[in-house]
Amino acid sequence: MAVALILVLVAIGSVAFHLWSPWWWTPIASNWAYIDSTIIITFWITGAVFVAVVLFMAYCVYRFRHRPGLQATYEPENRRLEWWLTVVTGVGVAAMLTPGLFVWRQFITVPEDATTIEIMGQQWQWSFRLPGPDGKLGISDTRLISPENSLGVSRDDPNALDDIVVEGGELHLPVGKPVKALLRSVDVIHDFYVPEMRAKMDLVPGQVSYIWFTPTRTGTFEILCAELCGVGHSMMRGTVVVQEQSEYQAWLEDQASRSFARLAPAAQ
Amino acid sequence: MTDVPFVHVGPSAESDDVELYHPHSWVTKYVFSQDAKIIAVQYSLTALSVGLIALVLSWLMRLQLGFPGVFSFIDANAYYQFITMHGMMMVVYVLTALFLGGFGNYLIPLMVGARDMVFPYVNMLSFWVYLLAVLILVASFFAPGGPTGAGWTLYPPQAILSGTPGGQDWGIILMLVSLMVFIIGFTMGGLNYVVTVLQARARGMTLMRMPLTVWGIFTASFMALLAFPALFVGAVMMLFDRALGTSFFLPAIVEMGQPLERSGGSPLLFQHLFWFFGHPEVYIVALPAFGIVSDLISTHARRNIFGYRMMVWALLAIGALSFVVWAHHMYVSGMNPYFGFFFATTTLIIAIPTAIKVYNWILTLWRGDIHLNVPMLFALAFIVTFLNGGLTGLFLGNVVVDVPLSDTMFVVAHFHMVMGVAPILVIFGAIYHWYPKMTGRMLDDTLGKIHFWVTFLGAYAIFFPMHYLGLMGVPRRYHEIGEMAFVPASAHSLNAFITIAALVVGATQLLFVFNLFWSLRHGRPSGGNPWRATTLEWQTPETPPPHGNWGKETPVVYRWAYDYSVPGAPEDFIPQNQPGTQTMAGTAHG
Repeated sequence: MAVALILVLVAIGSVAFHLWSPWWWTPIASNWAYIDSTIIITFWITGAVFVAVVLFMAYCVYRFRHRPGLQATYEPENRRLEWWLTVVTGVGVAAMLTPGLFVWRQFITVPEDATTIEIMGQQWQWSFRLPGPDGKLGISDTRLISPENSLGVSRDDPNALDDIVVEGGELHLPVGKPVKALLRSVDVIHDFYVPEMRAKMDLVPGQVSYIWFTPTRTGTFEILCAELCGVGHSMMRGTVVVQEQSEYQAWLEDQASRSFARLAPAAQ
Repeated sequence: MTDVPFVHVGPSAESDDVELYHPHSWVTKYVFSQDAKIIAVQYSLTALSVGLIALVLSWLMRLQLGFPGVFSFIDANAYYQFITMHGMMMVVYVLTALFLGGFGNYLIPLMVGARDMVFPYVNMLSFWVYLLAVLILVASFFAPGGPTGAGWTLYPPQAILSGTPGGQDWGIILMLVSLMVFIIGFTMGGLNYVVTVLQARARGMTLMRMPLTVWGIFTASFMALLAFPALFVGAVMMLFDRALGTSFFLPAIVEMGQPLERSGGSPLLFQHLFWFFGHPEVYIVALPAFGIVSDLISTHARRNIFGYRMMVWALLAIGALSFVVWAHHMYVSGMNPYFGFFFATTTLIIAIPTAIKVYNWILTLWRGDIHLNVPMLFALAFIVTFLNGGLTGLFLGNVVVDVPLSDTMFVVAHFHMVMGVAPILVIFGAIYHWYPKMTGRMLDDTLGKIHFWVTFLGAYAIFFPMHYLGLMGVPRRYHEIGEMAFVPASAHSLNAFITIAALVVGATQLLFVFNLFWSLRHGRPSGGNPWRATTLEWQTPETPPPHGNWGKETPVVYRWAYDYSVPGAPEDFIPQNQPGTQTMAGTAHG
């Protein structure tokens, strides 16, 4: 009796915690509301299964508890029931997987009008590179990294000369415009994670990975590193500032003047 | 499958007892023993000791997370060393060793009606090599620089660089060497488990009459023999990278401003090798638990396991599928994103055979005669926690849902629920269940019930709310959350609550350890078959069974393992070795 009751309380308590606890995701600030919807679908389906199974267990524990004279039913198999449950499970799984795969397709397909930027990780800070007036990022290589050229940007590539480098500072982005971030690391694996953007991807040394999103509201958001990268891991923070186009433009021009000054002498 | 093939090798049933080479001295009987049952106890005690170390480590890391800054000796270095050693110890040196080396050794020969494992000497070596691996691992606590703090996944490049504790000291080297030694030891044991099941079963014990415990351990051992070599290769390559200057996993990198003389390696290669081992590993721990819990539920509900054949096929399907899902750990690793479609699909397909197992467990309860003995309580709690952890796996397996959740506390909560709490509840249930066979005495019931309720409800209180910290965005492996704008103050209270729950649950395990030793002398004598179970280990002539298990003749098997409450039978169970009318199922499964 007590066991059945506690099982019921576990089921009800879990649902109550889900509905009324104060801990929930951050208000979204990007186009990935689809991801949130997929999570909600998954919560509904898995939550229903959890409650149904635990309540059924509680029922069995109460109804079929040992009493003198009770005999269990001998029934090795029940083909119909087993196949019926298998098919229902298959349908439930498909109901979660199908929308998931559609959204994943969007997640990895970058829109053509996206602005390409670069996000660079190193122990334990973030740097960023934005294209200058030509709209293109120049070539970069880890082997070109030096104290004066912390991202290893190639001085032989004309596209690189107007690139805007932001070291250890804030990344600014215009609201409403899709951005494709190329992700690089100079030392170990890091992970670019902004909870409000629902976006996350590893930065792996020796290769370039990418992620895209469209900021949908202005504000200041925290960048966290989400892949263990050594003792400074939890200190590796950064900031994304999403602004209206005009404010963003002003910031970009200010940054551009500083970056040109840094790269120009070596480019001659 | 209709007639009974007489699969039998090794000593024939009529052989004289003298052919069994019984040990003569205390050392050969209890130390360098070749008796699988003694080896099982050696494996279990070693694994439980490692488990206690890992428990203390989890306390220390929870103290830091619940009360950051209060305990100054837990700095970032120490914190990362604690989480790394806790994780690797629990997954490999506790759970794998306990299920396969412990329960596998004890139960396989007894349950299939064999006298011992087929290669007893190799079996003995397996334990001593395992012990060596444990000693190497523990030695890293005392090595210069301390143990590695690379996280249990040991991802290079950070695992072998100076920014990680132990990366340029002894820590990572000892970890890799210990893993290699462990795998060598496991291979010797694993071959034994597989060959014994295939070759040494008693007469009449067809594969489809085997208890699900044996099926689970057998499938898991087979998988481990295929999966561990991938980790072995990864460990050798990383050791070369660390000690010999090769570049298997290191591209051109600049470490703390200094370019390293390496180029051309791939950090992702290690991840593929690691998870090719690492995902089957989850099921290497889960499948023995599935098997054992099936037998616990059936025995204590006095009812045949529901859908036995489906249960066997589901085990095999899960085992096979688990080799094609590994990259679901790598959705945000920067691998080719098109892999996501394939691995999400295979991962969610695995949910189907897994769900079948859950249905069949609860359908075994349905219309049963449920005795709420301590092993049964643990089995019920296993279903709840495994179900919970399995369902959150559907979030993480579904590639796009994984993006916001991966590398957060949601993942930590998920895998602790599904491969920490759930299998450990089965281990406890199994110990309460088989302790009488091992010692001839029952474990104390009252202590058992206290242990059960605090462990089950406490563990649920630790890990269920933790999912919501991850949903909020709190990353895992953070020494300090510190100031995060999106984390409300209430989340810090939740962390403190989780820490207190962890301390209480951990302390309760000492009650269990006390019970283990106390009941050795003071437990109620159990007799040979206290649970009135059908399987062969309960039918031995003596309890605890001596070397050779069966006296003069090995048993002959006439029926499947689940003849409980057969209509018309005088008792509510019919042992597998009892001749007589074949039940309907006995024919179907013979």
